[in-house]
Amino acid sequence: MSRWQLQLSRRKFLRSTALGATAVAGLLHAPAILRAQGAAVKIGVLHPVSGALSYSGQQGRLGATMAIDDVNASGGIKALGGAKFDPMLGDAQSTPDGGNAEVEKMNAAGVCAVVGGYASAICLSASQTAARYDLPYVVDVGVVDSIVTRGLKNTFRFGPGFGVIAKTALDNLVTINDQAGKPAKTVMIVHEDSAFGAGLAKLLNAQLPDRGFQVLETISHPTPTREFDNVVLKIKAQNPDLVIPANYYNEYVLLARTMQQQRVRPKGIYSVLGGAASSYKFVKEFPEAAQYIMDCNHWFDPKNPKALDLKKRVEDKGQFFTYEVYMNYSSILLLADAIERAASTDRAKITQALASSTFSGHVMPYGPTKFVDGQNQGAAPVNTQVLGKDIQVILPVQFASAKPVFPMPPA
Amino acid sequence: MLSPVILIPAVLNGLMAGAVYALVALGLTLIYGVLHIINFAHGALLTAAMFAAFFAFTLLGVDPYLAAFLLGPLFFAIGYALQRFIIGPAAHGEDRNFLLVTLGLAIVIENALLYFFRADTRTINLPYAFDVIEIGPAFVAMPRIIAFGAVIAVAAALWTIMRWTDTGKAIRAVAKEKLGAELCGINVAHIYAITFGLGTACVAVAACLLIPTYYVNPTAGEAFVLIAFTIVVLGGMGSIAGALIGGLCVGVVESFSSIFLGESLGQIGIFIMFIVVLLARPSGLFGARP
Repeated sequence: MSRWQLQLSRRKFLRSTALGATAVAGLLHAPAILRAQGAAVKIGVLHPVSGALSYSGQQGRLGATMAIDDVNASGGIKALGGAKFDPMLGDAQSTPDGGNAEVEKMNAAGVCAVVGGYASAICLSASQTAARYDLPYVVDVGVVDSIVTRGLKNTFRFGPGFGVIAKTALDNLVTINDQAGKPAKTVMIVHEDSAFGAGLAKLLNAQLPDRGFQVLETISHPTPTREFDNVVLKIKAQNPDLVIPANYYNEYVLLARTMQQQRVRPKGIYSVLGGAASSYKFVKEFPEAAQYIMDCNHWFDPKNPKALDLKKRVEDKGQFFTYEVYMNYSSILLLADAIERAASTDRAKITQALASSTFSGHVMPYGPTKFVDGQNQGAAPVNTQVLGKDIQVILPVQFASAKPVFPMPPA
Repeated sequence: MLSPVILIPAVLNGLMAGAVYALVALGLTLIYGVLHIINFAHGALLTAAMFAAFFAFTLLGVDPYLAAFLLGPLFFAIGYALQRFIIGPAAHGEDRNFLLVTLGLAIVIENALLYFFRADTRTINLPYAFDVIEIGPAFVAMPRIIAFGAVIAVAAALWTIMRWTDTGKAIRAVAKEKLGAELCGINVAHIYAITFGLGTACVAVAACLLIPTYYVNPTAGEAFVLIAFTIVVLGGMGSIAGALIGGLCVGVVESFSSIFLGESLGQIGIFIMFIVVLLARPSGLFGARP
């Protein structure tokens, strides 16, 4: 055999093997694509469904699973051949550790993204754990600003953070107080002592004096607390014009009921992210304690037919349409849109798609999403007030359904 | 801050809360006084009783105050059986073993509750839980007044049993001189079990008084037992009057420290008092001098 022949055959061989390899790779690849079509898209849905925050957690899970059912019923993720969402439901047990453990499990199970967390403290640690695995994490509620200021590339918050909420709340408080002829000058803050309540109290303490309010006292309490007698005694002694509570559902209800019981009636109860202040559950169960309470909180877009339809569906299930429900509903839709555009369950691609999201199919009054460093720029709270047996939006004017009643009329 | 508008309600709230602490401490001190053991399962039994009261209300619709009359005897029987058939035989009369057995029992009970009912915090809503009675400048919540009255009644009943009945005399005899009592024909194992049952019944009544205004989860009892230990040390180990007065003191101290130091730090006052008592009067207010 001559050298030439050998070379030729080697070239031939190389050429044919290269072709063959491509073909084989193609063949191997084809079933992979076929498999992906219709295969489920695994996502983690994390909420504190047991423990002190279980009510909120269960409401959050309700919103998330309704959105997942809606996405699946309307044909799944079309870019992935109609792949359906396969949720892995996690229970953070109302603790940051519990949240971490669930994210670890979700990562091991191969989810492509996680939605939820609810409480700030849980969101902070769960998103950090997710970041270790480059796992996209959509925060449903958690409002502490450091959730999105730690430079984590995987973490996105659909709703507003403290900074925006506190500013809106204070602007609106000044507006309401000015309209009423400035009856309120002194304030007492009652807050729970974890990341959410303590952070908010700090912000309010820094900003209220600049707006002409004097903070008489700031009282912190743990979650859970089952007795507010001494807190209310202190309120009674200081007799502030305004009481600002910042705590979770159970404690909020208890505080309001104890104030009613001890006949403590300031000129207004103005909560910032009050755990119960704009909850239909609270208004229905304790209408007298809830009357005239104002709140600056997450609220759905009352002019959006999709939101009203969702409200009806939730109420038809015998559940209350609380903010946890529509925040989670929207967060899941946001993720579905991102996976649709990423056309992949690859974590990095989903993260990229979330970062460039301009999603407007949600039920919140935010406009299309636009993330800067993980924070949705359009996210903002509204002001509500309990009037009669309903919760009315009192500010901003374009969504308002009633005028604020302030100061509270005497009992 | 020190106006009567604050002081009087704070003292009243403290006394009412302290009464329930006292009842938990009564059970603990009784068991200590007779068996000379510290019952580490006390908190777990309290939690179990709170769950029982919770489910009696939610499933059977039994008002917690009525449930006390059912759960008291039931938990007396449970306590009797625990001591007679588990703790007593397992401890072989060694103090050290009593500690370990009750500690083990606590772990088993707590984890069984956790397994069956999960970590959820549960509460009940009674229609009259927010009714108030005016006492001077204070509006005192109805459940607290009921609890206060009930604790005084239970303490009086306990005192009567100890003072006037044969069983009470036997319990006191065993507490003072076990061997002597045995020689006089007293069945010590039976008396031990009765005492343990009485202590457990106290806890069951306390649970029924707590549940209208408190929450229950598998670790809810722990908070009370830590306080109860303080009360037992404060009042003097084994003293019924000491437990009652110690409990009321602790309630008032807690009420004031939560007003002046804040709700999150409310219990600091109790434990400062605990340390001070240990330093200044190690035998407690009513305890026998060593």
